[in-house]
Amino acid sequence: MQQAVKANAARTLDVEDLSVRYGTSTAVDGVTLAIEPGEVVALLGPSGCGKTTLLRVIAGFVRQATGRVRVDGATIDHLPPNQRNIGIVFQNYALFPHMTVAENVAYGLRARGLKGPEVEARVTRFLETVQLGGFKDRLPRQLSGGQQQRVALARALAIEPSILLLDEPFAALDRNLRLDMQIEIKRLQRTLGLTTILVTHDQDEAMSVADRIAVMNKGKVEQFGTPVAIYDEPQTLFVNGFIGTTNLMNGRIASLQNGSATVALEAGATIDLTAPAGLGIGAPVLMSVRPEQLTLSSVPGPDAWKIEPGLALPIGAQLVHEARATDGTFLKIIEPRRAVAADAARTYCTLAADARPMLFPRST
Amino acid sequence: MRKLAEWQLALPLALAFASIFLAPLLMLVGVSFFNDDKISQPGFGQWAKFLGDPFSYKVIADTMLLGLKTVCATIVIGYPLALIYLDASPRLQKVLIFIIVMPLLLSVVVRTFAWIVVLGREGVVNTLLMQLGIISEPLRLLQTELGLVISLTQIEMPLMLLPLISVMSRLDPNLRDASSALGASRWRTLFKVIVPLSMPGLVAGCLLVFASSTTAFISQTVIGGVRLIYLPLLIWQQSLVVFNWPFAAVVSLTLLVSVLTVVSALSYLGRRSGGYVHG
Ligand SMILES: Nc1ncnc2c1ncn2[C@@H]1O[C@H](COP(=O)(O)OP(=O)(O)O)[C@@H](O)[C@H]1O
Ligand SMILES: [Mg+2]
Repeated sequence: MQQAVKANAARTLDVEDLSVRYGTSTAVDGVTLAIEPGEVVALLGPSGCGKTTLLRVIAGFVRQATGRVRVDGATIDHLPPNQRNIGIVFQNYALFPHMTVAENVAYGLRARGLKGPEVEARVTRFLETVQLGGFKDRLPRQLSGGQQQRVALARALAIEPSILLLDEPFAALDRNLRLDMQIEIKRLQRTLGLTTILVTHDQDEAMSVADRIAVMNKGKVEQFGTPVAIYDEPQTLFVNGFIGTTNLMNGRIASLQNGSATVALEAGATIDLTAPAGLGIGAPVLMSVRPEQLTLSSVPGPDAWKIEPGLALPIGAQLVHEARATDGTFLKIIEPRRAVAADAARTYCTLAADARPMLFPRST
Repeated sequence: MRKLAEWQLALPLALAFASIFLAPLLMLVGVSFFNDDKISQPGFGQWAKFLGDPFSYKVIADTMLLGLKTVCATIVIGYPLALIYLDASPRLQKVLIFIIVMPLLLSVVVRTFAWIVVLGREGVVNTLLMQLGIISEPLRLLQTELGLVISLTQIEMPLMLLPLISVMSRLDPNLRDASSALGASRWRTLFKVIVPLSMPGLVAGCLLVFASSTTAFISQTVIGGVRLIYLPLLIWQQSLVVFNWPFAAVVSLTLLVSVLTVVSALSYLGRRSGGYVHG
């Protein structure tokens, strides 16, 4: 079945300095993305940050105020949607309710002037690809959500698009089905070598499906990188807070020397870190550190701060501690369960050996 | 027990319907089976008189044709209008809906007389065409079927537009985008997606316009005059001029049955070709 659909040459997709305005508000604000052939890019961001709008510009439904969209280097901005050959799966699937599953999938082929047996053959092939071979004559309303989505996918793939756009394709599915569909889409995308943009507001989904993630906020791309880079080296406070959970601690830069900074935390410890650009001595900062990069200890020290231990919750193989620092900051600390000794006196918190805390400027 | 209670709740309404609609209808049927205008001799005389006269069939056909022509004209003008409404910005939509509904707030008599001003020998249309040099003699528009269809089209337009717009604006706008992204032209999208899915509204509009224009006594007589004879005029003459109530009842029932027949045929065809009805 993998071979049933042959791969066509993957295209690059370049979005250059794209802006979209609705009246006075800016829905997409100077977005630039260079997407490699066959790559899956997730647009990740909170609701209303402009993900769908960006997708609609690429598909040609919305005109941008500024910027360009290129496929394989050629601009497509002058083309109407029906000449762009871009496959799109809508958030609500947008299946034609008056047509059967087969008619839905055949729609794009007929619009391209294909006839009779050829249409039939392709419809069969793509419905089998999404494992809906036996559902040809059903109407969309006679299908479950997951099946409807697969029809929408088959319909978009049947036209052999150069780019595939997916707008929150898993949002309406329940958890188990969601995982199945994520795997299925990833598999199909690989087989077809299709350059794909996936819109989502679910970070786990972005992490698991995408090769690279563009984190969006208020119409801007805050960071564009691999899931690991986004998680480990968030470039902005927004990305830092949006991806994973994190502890934020107030401090000031106490000293700076050849690329390294010493931060005095208000919780009462000094930490040596790589110096961020553009911050001078005395600058107020926020230190961000992931819960699994903190550890509890019973020994005081210059880089350990006093805490008041709270609840400890075993979650799977981990133990999640809640604690309160002396400056009032609530901390979340995650340790592997076996490493924890039954020791009530662990009233200090410090960075774990492999910790990679990030520094961000803080406005006071 | 619960079923019975619910059934009883509907009783007052059922009685009201029975007394307001059913009873007069039965009386009408009853009256039609009397031979004389005094309603004293029962018999089939009036039915025989009406159905035996070729003129009756011409009037029936003219009335149904008038309705069909008006329906066609309201579709041809109303459907594009509905599409324009759909594409308009929300602000413009509010203005448009006001313009669409406004005729309903005016009395039919007022609207009809306005059309006399527009269509008359020295009316707006003729004056304009003459001044532009397009015609040298005034066109005869009043007391012609053409003039009547033109005015009925405007008068009945809200009945076409309202159901059409209400169904169309409930369509998922993504469907149009999906069609376009799949490579369909605007026309293909219109005929393969929008028209089939707006069929319920179109059928409802056709039924309303047909039923309303075939029975539009005021417009038919004021604009069509006495030269154009339709079933409602016949009913009026027989009941209020000649006072032959049994004959008027026969004509009324004929009008009712003819309209119902065409309306059922229309809605059957609509359901067949449209295929899809919300649900
Ligand atoms: N047709 C429109 N008219 C006016 N504003 C719009 C329109 N579509 C989207 N917006 C606005 O643009 C912003 C981005 O919307 P959208 O792209 O749908 O966000 P997302 O998909 O990330 O949730 C939102 O603030 C939204 O209110
Ligand atoms: Mg969206």
